[in-house]
Amino acid sequence: MMADTLALLCAFLLVAGSAFALTAAIGINRFPDLFTRMHAASKAGTVGSSLLLLAAGLYSWDVAVFLRALAGIAFLILTAPVAAHLLARAAKGSGYRISTLSVRATHRDNKK
Amino acid sequence: MAQSILSAAIILSLGLLTLALLLTVLRVVRGPTLPDRVVALDMLVAVAIGLIAVIAVKTGFFLYIDIAIALGLVGFLATVAFARFIMSHRYRAATETAAKPPSEAVHRGNARRNRRPRRPRR
Repeated sequence: MMADTLALLCAFLLVAGSAFALTAAIGINRFPDLFTRMHAASKAGTVGSSLLLLAAGLYSWDVAVFLRALAGIAFLILTAPVAAHLLARAAKGSGYRISTLSVRATHRDNKK
Repeated sequence: MAQSILSAAIILSLGLLTLALLLTVLRVVRGPTLPDRVVALDMLVAVAIGLIAVIAVKTGFFLYIDIAIALGLVGFLATVAFARFIMSHRYRAATETAAKPPSEAVHRGNARRNRRPRRPRR
């Protein structure tokens, strides 16, 4: 009973995590510019890999492996925003322009 | 019953992750500028970590999780290094085109570098 519940939970986590990863990949292709693509890559991508790591840690049914999986998740959640912020700042500083699709008419400076 | 559901879920998630990898590689190839490619590479590392976790569940070798952590570290360092590289590119461009207004300093691949002859390196 316990093993069945664990297997079903892991199956759900695996499918959910890979669905999040696929959503991030679709978003990275569909969004118009860098700053919107970054949303898909850093949020949905991080959640996807975190769910998959959590599934692996749970399915092992071992405290050491589970703690390592949790450490991996914590590392991902710590580093993804830092990397995305650094990259966005570098791209903005090097003159990369926001897409005209994501600029509202009230922001005259960015339009042109 | 539950084990067959789990193996079907493993196959399904491997398929979905393969599709995600292919789409991300498409963005790496297509991406018009360097920052787009770097974002796609970051995403590629995240998807690879997920793929390694699924392989760990499939094979039962949970040592793969350590490999996933190491891969995450390498991916983070690569993204930071690329961000610093893009920033240093900005500084070199600012010293080369100091007379131009900043609105023209649009980053479009090699267009700016080809616009005027290169100065010799100091």
